[in-house]
Amino acid sequence: MPDPEIRPSDSTARFPPERRGLTAIDGALALLAILLIVQMWLLTATLESWLAGHHGVALPGVLISGALALAVLGLYRFIHGVDREVRRR
Amino acid sequence: MKRFGDGRGVEPLWREEVSIHAADERYVSRRQFAKFLVLTSLGMFAGNLWILVKSWFAKKPVYPVQPVARLGEVPVGGVRLFNYPGPHDPCILVRTAETEAVAYSQKCTHLSCAVYYSHENGRIECPCHEGYFSVETGRVLQGPPQRPLPRVVLRQDGDRLVAIGMKLDPEEVRRA
Repeated sequence: MPDPEIRPSDSTARFPPERRGLTAIDGALALLAILLIVQMWLLTATLESWLAGHHGVALPGVLISGALALAVLGLYRFIHGVDREVRRR
Repeated sequence: MKRFGDGRGVEPLWREEVSIHAADERYVSRRQFAKFLVLTSLGMFAGNLWILVKSWFAKKPVYPVQPVARLGEVPVGGVRLFNYPGPHDPCILVRTAETEAVAYSQKCTHLSCAVYYSHENGRIECPCHEGYFSVETGRVLQGPPQRPLPRVVLRQDGDRLVAIGMKLDPEEVRRA
């Protein structure tokens, strides 16, 4: 009886590490774009309120926008890391 | 003239001299796109920060005291145009009742078109994009404007109406 042929698992064959890296990067990019749209909306809403005389909205606007910018930077670091790892292989 | 390696034919002379490939120039890699998004995000944050700094360092404006009109000069439902607080700030005074008058900035808060008072509809209207404002408070009733009309604070000195300040927020006007 012949030995069964040793083959890589189906998922590894269908999704090699390079492909998985690209999928992760694409997902992160999509999330990054969503965060950016939220930040754009936040800036326009804060500006409208500020021009209407509600000066109290400026501080929460900065805090939330800063948090979103940090999240965007984190995602960029993630993309950079995945990209480097995939290229190294 | 140069011949293509794959035998497709002869490459024109201009290809040799203009060695820019438009397709390559337009190609944006994922990493470049991510960098662009990060920079835009930081730009948005800088915008929010700028608003905060502006509100910290904003000086309280000092408004002049300026006579606008005599009450008897403007009929009920009539208007009087004037400039306040500066010579390039158009405002509109509306006499809403026998003893009542209101005044607002004439610039629409959407795109700065000149607003006018519609006596038939009892509201202030912007002809550009059909933005309507309440004549009593300056609040937006309909249309694209997001903010109320800045209100001119009036004081009645006998028969004379005198402008003494501006208020941006209708709630603030009501409280005052």
